[in-house]
Amino acid sequence: MPDTLTKQVVEVGYGGNERLMMNMGPQHPSSHGVFRMILTLEGETVVAVDAVIGYLHRCHEKLGETLTYVQYPSIASKTDYVAAMTSELAYVSAVETIAKVEVPKRAQYLRVIAAELQRIASHCLWLGTWCLDMGGALGGGATVFLYCIREREMVLDRFEELTGARLLYGFHQIGGTRYDLPPGWDTKVRETVDFIEARLDEYEAMLEENTFFRVRTQGVGVISRELAQAVGVSGPLIRGSGVSYDVRRAEPYSSYGDFDFVVPVETAGDCYARYRVRMVEFRQSIRIVRQALDGLPEGPISSRPGVKSVGQVRVPKGEGYARVEGARGEVGCYIVSDGGPKAYRMKWRGASFSNLAVLPHIVPGHKVADVVAIMGSVDPVFGEVDR
Amino acid sequence: MSTTAADASARIRETFGVEAAVDGAMVTVVVPRELWTELAHFTNRVLGCRYFNWLSAIDWKEHGLEVVCRLENLDAGLVLTMRTRLGPGETRCPSLAGLCRGADWMERECYDMFGVRFEGHPDLRRILLSEDWEGYPLRKDYAVDTPFAPYR
Repeated sequence: MPDTLTKQVVEVGYGGNERLMMNMGPQHPSSHGVFRMILTLEGETVVAVDAVIGYLHRCHEKLGETLTYVQYPSIASKTDYVAAMTSELAYVSAVETIAKVEVPKRAQYLRVIAAELQRIASHCLWLGTWCLDMGGALGGGATVFLYCIREREMVLDRFEELTGARLLYGFHQIGGTRYDLPPGWDTKVRETVDFIEARLDEYEAMLEENTFFRVRTQGVGVISRELAQAVGVSGPLIRGSGVSYDVRRAEPYSSYGDFDFVVPVETAGDCYARYRVRMVEFRQSIRIVRQALDGLPEGPISSRPGVKSVGQVRVPKGEGYARVEGARGEVGCYIVSDGGPKAYRMKWRGASFSNLAVLPHIVPGHKVADVVAIMGSVDPVFGEVDR
Repeated sequence: MSTTAADASARIRETFGVEAAVDGAMVTVVVPRELWTELAHFTNRVLGCRYFNWLSAIDWKEHGLEVVCRLENLDAGLVLTMRTRLGPGETRCPSLAGLCRGADWMERECYDMFGVRFEGHPDLRRILLSEDWEGYPLRKDYAVDTPFAPYR
């Protein structure tokens, strides 16, 4: 009798020819937001993924048509709330493109400093949470998480001194920036980036010498060069797949041409390649921040007068698309103007949306545990996916 | 393989007989709906614009919907924006999902928000809103305060 029972269990559980639908999310800790995957499993192997998004949809594009050009930048920061500086920048750049507004050199440098610090903060959060997701394999992944959050907090403190806010800044405005540097801020920023730079070596030593980390990331979630382009992924994902595409190089905005930095490219296309790209980006961002602080020109921080009314900015009839290199890739904003104080049509090109769209193509064939590692390496922010 | 925007514009003009405006590295082509997939194939295969950036629509009220798609050739730095007017009251548009895998989700979003029916899309259903949502929110005739029971 016990023999028959055992046999049955073996046939059903481990035969590999039974399909099981498993629901992962929308409240799964590894999703860092609200994201649901309906996995079709054969044994432990995923054979199909249906990604369900939209839980965080807040009608950003409709809001862009309802609010004026003056009101919207503060909402723009809520699309990618982990890297709010860059999403604001994408919006104001799009408006500046259509309205042909000049941005003073000092403001351009301030934007670069803010954007690069934001990239550091965002990558800190990515590294920490990703290692937390892979947890036990790293001998208790919470160690890396706590270290990274500590570093991120230092950058957020700098942003708080600069703008008064920790996460959603309202730093950018059409024609420049809203705030100039507070006294002594640049010294503090230099100390912060020095500290983080020293810590990066420790993280790399912790992770790259860990066999479990390598086994869980190398050869896992490979995005081929062709797939990366066909889906339209950007940022560390496409650079991890051997395509040297960085908006800061492809279409330099905000004086990025003035700075000396390297665009890292890895060819393997797996989770480890994406990790390597981001680790190099940390250092390149630090390099850019230092150069921008060294060469910060004097002058006005905005080419337009301060905001007095919500309908103050009028944009001539026309349309334009502006894009910036956010922490997750190309963040773009397409605006059609009918000459009024509000956009006629506004479209967000969120980096996370396109990056996440690659999941159904790369997850099948992996084990369930790898889904978490792959998701983390994609680094989606659901505010930007669902907008 | 042609690489510059001027070359691309000239080749599109001689192949399809439509205007292709050049602005810096960007070529903007307005085509009738019948040529939509053909132009996308030409752009992808011949002009090497393999990077699918985004696809969306604009509601021009009584003039109908317009679908806009941006494709890029990353090696040559060429950007191609394709546009097509569907015409008043028309919601059908050929799908690009068979050509670029990125069009899958973008077209679903466009269907969700504008009600553009992409013909040939393998799985055209709402992506951001729930299945039972009524109407297409980014159309100009959809009021911001449209009731949605029992939530609003």
